[in-house]
Amino acid sequence: MNQLSKNRSWIDAMKGFTIIAAISLVAGTATSVQASVDFADERIEWVVPFKEGGGSDTWARFFAPLISENLPGQPPVVVKNIPGGGSTKGANYFDRRAEPTGLEILGTSGSTQFPYLLGDRRVKYDYKNWTPVLASPTGGVFYVSPELGIKSAEDLVKLRGESIKYASQGATSLDLVPLLALEILDIDVHAIFGMKGRGAGRLAFERGEVNVDYQTTSAYLQKVLPLVEEGKAVPIMSWGVLDDNGDLKRDPTFPDLPHFAEVYEMIHGSKPEGTAFKVWKAFFVAGFAAQKGIFLPNNTDPEVIEAWAKAVEDTVASQDFKNKAKAVLGSYPQAVQAKASKAFKVALDMDESDRAWVRDWLSTRYHVRF
Amino acid sequence: MIDAFLAALATATTGTHLLYLVGGVGLGLAIGIFPGLGGIAGLSLLLPFLYGMEPTTALAMLIGLVAVIPTSDTFTSVLMGIPGSSGSQATVLDGFPMAKRGEAARALAAAFSSSLFGGIFGALVLTGFVLVARPVILAFGSAELFMLTLLGLSMVGVLAGNSLLKGLGACGIGLLLGSVGGAPATGEYRMTFGNFYLMDGLPLVVVGLGIFALPEIIDLLRQNRAISEASELGKGWLTGVSDLIKHKWLALRCAVLGCVVGALPGLGGSVVDWISYGHAVQTTKDKEHFGNGDVRGVIAPESSNNAKEGGALIPTLLFGIPGSGSMAVFLGGMILIGIEPGPSMVTTNLDITYTIVWSLALANLVGAGACLMLSKWVARITTIPYALMAPFMITIICFAAYQATRDLNDLVALVGIGTLGVLMKRFDWPRPAFLIGFVLASGMETYLYQAVQFDGWQFLTKPGVLIIGTLTLISIFFAARHTSDNSKSKATENDRAQDTESRPKRATNLRPQTLFATAIFLTFAYGLYDALQQSFLGSVFTASVCAVMLVISGAVLFKLASGRIDDPVNHDKEVVEEYVSNQGIASLFHYLYWIIGLVISCYLFGFLISVTGFFVTFLLVKARTSLVRTAMLTSSIVVFMASLSHIMVLDLPNGLLQSAIALPWPLG
Repeated sequence: MNQLSKNRSWIDAMKGFTIIAAISLVAGTATSVQASVDFADERIEWVVPFKEGGGSDTWARFFAPLISENLPGQPPVVVKNIPGGGSTKGANYFDRRAEPTGLEILGTSGSTQFPYLLGDRRVKYDYKNWTPVLASPTGGVFYVSPELGIKSAEDLVKLRGESIKYASQGATSLDLVPLLALEILDIDVHAIFGMKGRGAGRLAFERGEVNVDYQTTSAYLQKVLPLVEEGKAVPIMSWGVLDDNGDLKRDPTFPDLPHFAEVYEMIHGSKPEGTAFKVWKAFFVAGFAAQKGIFLPNNTDPEVIEAWAKAVEDTVASQDFKNKAKAVLGSYPQAVQAKASKAFKVALDMDESDRAWVRDWLSTRYHVRF
Repeated sequence: MIDAFLAALATATTGTHLLYLVGGVGLGLAIGIFPGLGGIAGLSLLLPFLYGMEPTTALAMLIGLVAVIPTSDTFTSVLMGIPGSSGSQATVLDGFPMAKRGEAARALAAAFSSSLFGGIFGALVLTGFVLVARPVILAFGSAELFMLTLLGLSMVGVLAGNSLLKGLGACGIGLLLGSVGGAPATGEYRMTFGNFYLMDGLPLVVVGLGIFALPEIIDLLRQNRAISEASELGKGWLTGVSDLIKHKWLALRCAVLGCVVGALPGLGGSVVDWISYGHAVQTTKDKEHFGNGDVRGVIAPESSNNAKEGGALIPTLLFGIPGSGSMAVFLGGMILIGIEPGPSMVTTNLDITYTIVWSLALANLVGAGACLMLSKWVARITTIPYALMAPFMITIICFAAYQATRDLNDLVALVGIGTLGVLMKRFDWPRPAFLIGFVLASGMETYLYQAVQFDGWQFLTKPGVLIIGTLTLISIFFAARHTSDNSKSKATENDRAQDTESRPKRATNLRPQTLFATAIFLTFAYGLYDALQQSFLGSVFTASVCAVMLVISGAVLFKLASGRIDDPVNHDKEVVEEYVSNQGIASLFHYLYWIIGLVISCYLFGFLISVTGFFVTFLLVKARTSLVRTAMLTSSIVVFMASLSHIMVLDLPNGLLQSAIALPWPLG
C-alpha cells in the first residue's frame, strides 16, 4: 500500500513536472505561477446555486474532475449545492462568504444572470466583483407545430393573428428570450406559465396543448429532432451565436437555420435596431452565449486567478475533455481567459434605461411585480 | 426486444455489475435509514464517483441506490413514527402504532415483503410498458393531471377520522400552506410577508417531519417510556410475510396504482402512498383498526411506493422528465455517464433500458432481502427508553429538515409546523388530510390554470377527464359510505357503552379547542385578505379555498363555541387520554420549548455548538445519564454530524457567533 502510494505520488510528481516543462516551453512566464500557487492537500469547493441533478449541477460535476487534474497540486474539486431563490441564494452566499483563496469558486447560469440584470430585490451579489475564468455557451432552437402550416422563418408573418401558445416557466426565466423575440417580430403569443422546466414545456408541445416551443441545443438534438423527422415539429430559427466582434452569426450546430437577427431582417426588412433588440441581445448573451460561467470571488490574488484561468484553459484544450464534452455540453467552443471576461462583460453591462425598459415591458405585458 | 432483454440480463448478472449494484444498495440502505436524507443525498454522494466508470456499471450503482430508498426509509416510519421520506408518510399511520404494540418486527416484515413485491412488479411492468408508454404519457395533459389531483383530494374523505368537517378543514390548511410562495400563473408572492425563505414555498420534507415526527417525539417524551413496552419482539417476523400473502390482492392493486401514478410526470411520487392508503381504507369492510395498527395500512403504501420507482423511470427515460427529486439526480447521473435519455431509450438504446429494468428487479430483491434480515434486530430499538433516543431523533430531524433548502429557516419552519402538528394531534384535526392538501396544492392550482388556458373550460368534456371524474365520484361514494358506516358503528358502540357505563371520556371544557379553531378561522381570513391583494390569476385559487374553508372552519368554531360536547368535532386528547389529571406527565408544550430552545441556540451559536449543549443538558436533566455516558453520547453525535457534513459538502447551520468571529472547522 505504502509502496503503491509512493509510486503514485512519484507518477503524479512526474506528471506535474512534465506539465511544468511543457508550459515553460510554450509560455516562459507561466512557470513562476505554477510554482507559487499550489493547492496540494486542499479541497476546492465549487458553489452551485442549483439543486443536484439539474443542468447546471451536471455541467459543474462534469467539469469538476477534469479541472482538478489541471490545477496545481491536483486538489479534489467538490460541488456544493446551495439552491433556493431562483439561484440568488447561493450567489448571495458566495458573494458574502467566499474567501479569495482560489479554494472557493462559483458556477452560475442564465438563471443567476437574469435576476441580476432585472434588478431583482433578492439579488445582493454583484458580478462586477467577481472574475470569470470560463464561459460555457449553448444555443437554442425555436420550432413550431406543423398544424400552423408554416415551413420556415419567412412564413412567420403568417402567424400574426393566429392563436399562438407557448408553455413557459415564467416571464423572468430564460423564457424571456423567446417571449421577447416573438414580441419583436410582432407575433402575439399567449404564454402559459407554471411549467416545471423546459422538459414540461416540450411535453405540452408534444401533447398539442401549445403550438410553439424552444429548446436548448442538447435537448433539441436528443428530443426534438426525432419529432422533426416524424413531421411533428418544424424548426424555424436558432438564436444564433456571437462572433468575435460580438455580432450574431449562425449557430454552427444548425447551419441551415437562420439566426434571430436574420429573421428580424426578413420580417422587418431592415437591420435589427432599437432598444427592444438591444435588450433581447443582452439577455440572449446572458442566457445562451455565456449561459454558464465559473467565477472567482472579489479581491482574488492575480496569481491565483492566473492559475485558475490556466487550469481551465488546459482543461478545455485536453483531448479527454474533447472526447467527453460533446455529449454533455454540445459542440460549442468554451470561452476562457480574456474571452470569458469579454463574454460576461457583454452579457452583464446593461445601462439603466434598458433595464427600465425591460422591467416596464415585463410589468405591462406579463404583470411581473418587482 | 427479446434479444435486448436477454442481453441485458446477461449484463445485469455479471460479477462486476452485481458487485456495484450491491454497493449501491448498501449505500442506499445506510442513507435511507436516516429520515429526510433519502435518495437525493445518496445520489449526490455517489455522483463524484461515477466519473470515469463504465456506463452500465455506474448505472448499476445508481439503480441499486434509487431502488432501495423506498424500502429502507420504512425503518424510521415504523419504528419511530418519523416518515423516512415523502414516499412513506402513510406507512407511519399504521406502522408506528404496530411498533408501539410490540409488533415492530411484524410490521417491518410486512412492509419489506410488500416493498419487494411492489418493486419486482414495478420492474415487470416497466419491461413491457416502456415500449408503448409514449402515447399513454402524452394522453395525460394538464386537464387529466388536474383531475388526478382531485381524485387524490377525495381521499380526504376516508382519512378524515371522526369529524368530516375537521378533515376538510385540515385539508384546507394544507392547501393554504401549500400555496405559500410564488403563484404558478403570475409569479406573485403570496403570504410571504416579504420573507425570502417563504418565497420558494415551504419544503415538503420540513412539513412532513414537522407534522408527523415532532408531535410523536413530544408525545413519547411526555409519557416517558420506550416506544414499545412489549417484552417479546422477535415473534411476528413470519406473520408479517404471511400478512402480505393474505392481502395479496390489495398489494397487487396498490402496486398498479403506484406504477400508474409514478409514471405520470408532474404528479410526483409523494401522493402515491396516500392514494393507496386511502384505497385500502375504502375497499375494506372492517375499517376500525386503520390508524391504530392495521397491517393493511402498512402493506398498501409500501407495495405502491416501490412500484412507483419502476413507473417513475418511464418519463425519466423516455422524455428526460424526472418525476421526483431522486429521479432528477438519477437523470443528472445518466447524463454524466454519457447516456442522454430520450426516444432512443426504446430503440437503439433498448439494451440499456433493459439493463436498468433488470437492475431494478435485482436491487429490490437484494435490498428488501437485506432489510428483512435486519428487521428482527433493528426492531429492538423500540425497547430503548425514549429519553435516551430523543436527543438523537431531534438532532437527526433537524439535520434532515436543514437538508431541504440548507437554510436556518428550515429549522424555524420545522418548529412552526411541529407546533401546528402538536395542536392538530391534540384536537384531532386529521394530519393525513392536512398533508394531502399540502402535497396537492401546487399541482392542483397549476394544472387547473394551465388546463383552462390550453383548452378553455371545455377541458371538462375531454374523455380522460370524464373517466377520472367518474373514478373520483366513486371514491367519494365509498368515502361517504365509510363515514356513515363509521357513525353507525360508533352509535351502536355508544349505545352499548351507555349500557355498561364505560362511555369514553369527553372533554367538557371546550375553551382550548375553541381557541385553536378560532386561530384556524383567522388564518383562512388572512389567506383571503392576502389573496385579494393579488391579480385575478394569482389569487383565484387561494381565495376560493379560503372562502370555502371560512364556512367549514366557521361551522366547527360555531359548534365548539356553543358547547356541543357530544358533537364529533369535540375531541381533546389531553382529556381523552387523561393526561390532564396525571401529575407525572409534563405539560403539552414542555418538550416543544426544549426544541424551540435548540433552534434559538442555533441562531446564536450555530448548529454544532447548540447540539452539543442540547445533548449534554437533555441527557443530564431528562435522561439522567452519568457524566461519562453523556460525554460519550454527545461526542459520538458531534463526530457523526461533522463528518457527514464534510462528506456531503454541506455547511451546518451557522449562527450569529460565526458571523461575528471566525471559528475553525467544524465550528465555523
